[in-house]
Amino acid sequence: MSMTNTTGRKTSRLDRQFDLIRRREEAGQLTNPRGYRFARKFLSNRLAAIGLLIFTIIVLVSVLAPLLTPYDPRAIDLRNILKPPTWAHWFGTDKVGRDLLTRVLYGGQISILVGLGSALASAVVGVLIGCYTGYVGGWRDALAMRVSEIFMSFPQIILVLLLVAILGQSLSNLIIIFILTGWGGIYRLARARMLSLREEEYVQALRSFGLSTPIICYKHILPNALGPIMVNITLSTAAFILAEAGLSFLGLGVPLDIPTWGNILNVAQDLRILENNWWVWLPVGIVISLFVLSVNFIGDGLRDATDPTQQG
Amino acid sequence: MQQNKDVILKLRDLKAHFPVKAGVFKRTVGHVKAVDGVDLDIYRGEVLGVVGESGCGKTTLGKAILRLVESSEGQVIYCSGDEQTDLTTLDNEGLVPYRKKLQIVFQDPHSSLNPAFTIFGSLEDPLKKYGVKSRAERRKIIGDLLEAVNMRPEYMDRYPHEFSGGQRQRIGIARALSIGPELIVCDEAVSALDVSIQAQVLQLLMKLKQEKNLTYVFITHDLSVTEYICDRIAVMYLGRVVELCDSEELYAHTLHPYTKALLSAVPVADLDKQTDRIVLEGDVPSPVNPPSGCPFHPRCQSAIERCKTDVPKLKRYEVDGRDHFASCHLVDLPEAV
Repeated sequence: MSMTNTTGRKTSRLDRQFDLIRRREEAGQLTNPRGYRFARKFLSNRLAAIGLLIFTIIVLVSVLAPLLTPYDPRAIDLRNILKPPTWAHWFGTDKVGRDLLTRVLYGGQISILVGLGSALASAVVGVLIGCYTGYVGGWRDALAMRVSEIFMSFPQIILVLLLVAILGQSLSNLIIIFILTGWGGIYRLARARMLSLREEEYVQALRSFGLSTPIICYKHILPNALGPIMVNITLSTAAFILAEAGLSFLGLGVPLDIPTWGNILNVAQDLRILENNWWVWLPVGIVISLFVLSVNFIGDGLRDATDPTQQG
Repeated sequence: MQQNKDVILKLRDLKAHFPVKAGVFKRTVGHVKAVDGVDLDIYRGEVLGVVGESGCGKTTLGKAILRLVESSEGQVIYCSGDEQTDLTTLDNEGLVPYRKKLQIVFQDPHSSLNPAFTIFGSLEDPLKKYGVKSRAERRKIIGDLLEAVNMRPEYMDRYPHEFSGGQRQRIGIARALSIGPELIVCDEAVSALDVSIQAQVLQLLMKLKQEKNLTYVFITHDLSVTEYICDRIAVMYLGRVVELCDSEELYAHTLHPYTKALLSAVPVADLDKQTDRIVLEGDVPSPVNPPSGCPFHPRCQSAIERCKTDVPKLKRYEVDGRDHFASCHLVDLPEAV
């Protein structure tokens, strides 16, 4: 079959390739599990692969921080104040002589937890509500819409002040506040996608089989809405990391004694440090940018990999 | 297709009205009467064509049969032997066994398959629901279905965008067949396809009907298609059936003036033939405020005074010993038939 064909034309390389693909399909060898196809498409996207690499490195060194540095992130050393990078202190030291590399590594644990954790959790909440209410419509949809409007119209900073005043300043409170104020955006995105997707005829076909509502909306429709949701998650990860930095600076976020990327960076609000001690703010700034960038690349890669019409 | 036929589905005074809401408080100011009192008997093993122009409620009728659109009044009675069940009274749970009997093929082959799933992924969940437990068994069934619609079984691992429109439509047919239905509503199933592909899909539908003993409700606006495949034809106008009879009978003795106008609009590929085309004035009246009397009277060329006040009923006439239903006052006039 591979070397002869009906036209008598000489078989070209393309013919042979096609025959090969066809033989493999007939033999059932192209029936890769869904996950395999997904991974192959994701990794063949160069930017996404680089993003995943940077992301993994940053997460790993943050988690393994106790093994990687000999210093305590809170150990004050008043004899080594604002020292530039040396072999002993790769990123130098800050105003009270704490090793900056150690603080960046330990800070990563908290910042990644707050940024990625809040973004993922608020996405889960938003998608769960938005997908269902957008699909069924009616009073449930109207109710969810009004509730999300209330949450989104409430200034974040006032909510933070309120919660800190009542419950005190803590990491978990910050994450709860980020989820409360953050789910609305993704909820609206998911709902808007559902409103258009639910009119597709394949949805009616599923309904005509009597499949249950959760199976139709979460299993069959949601994958078609994932693209913009992925991108939104990556964007809000970056926003939450920066919001954590801002709130920590005001003394409302993570308590100042816990190292976070935001807490480290806030020292640069001091103009003398900004001008004279670049090692205090530049490395941590680069790490934040790299992390946010890598999350964005991963988001783009995930979006493309979940879209079957794009070839991988 | 003669008397003493076995009825599979009875529609009794079926209505699908959609409220029109306006104002701040969303008060109901009227209803769109998409389907407005349809009585039909669908016989086992027949192909019933439903024709009519855009907006006359054909598709809503088809969807109301499957309860994809909730009907507001009337009954859809499914008959099996002596047992009769009104589908409009059942809840979702109770409807499940009847979902298995009734299926639908959609118009748009591009939106009728889920782009995020392979064909296997799209088709396996219904099978799972109707008791095919093992994955291997589901793959076997779906492979057989694809072969039944003249496709290669290994295509089940492809995504919808890898197929052409005609192929997708055949997959849509395979999906409708997957749980072994008795009646399939074909909602403009071939109108989105190229004419050469249309013929191919129609032939496939007829072949499957023979093999699996199916009944079709064939919704279309293409009268040349109905002539080719339908046993009986129901002509709809503004949510009502205005004429219903065997398909040859309809072409031979048209009773209703609307049907005459429809038939005169079918293009004929003959340059020399002069067609005396009946051109209808105006548009279909709004289904929110249908005209008084016969809904067709404002556009009817031979309307009489009575048409403006009395709503004609779908009455049974006998032409050459065959049943012929029509709802028109003119037919009752002595000189009409």
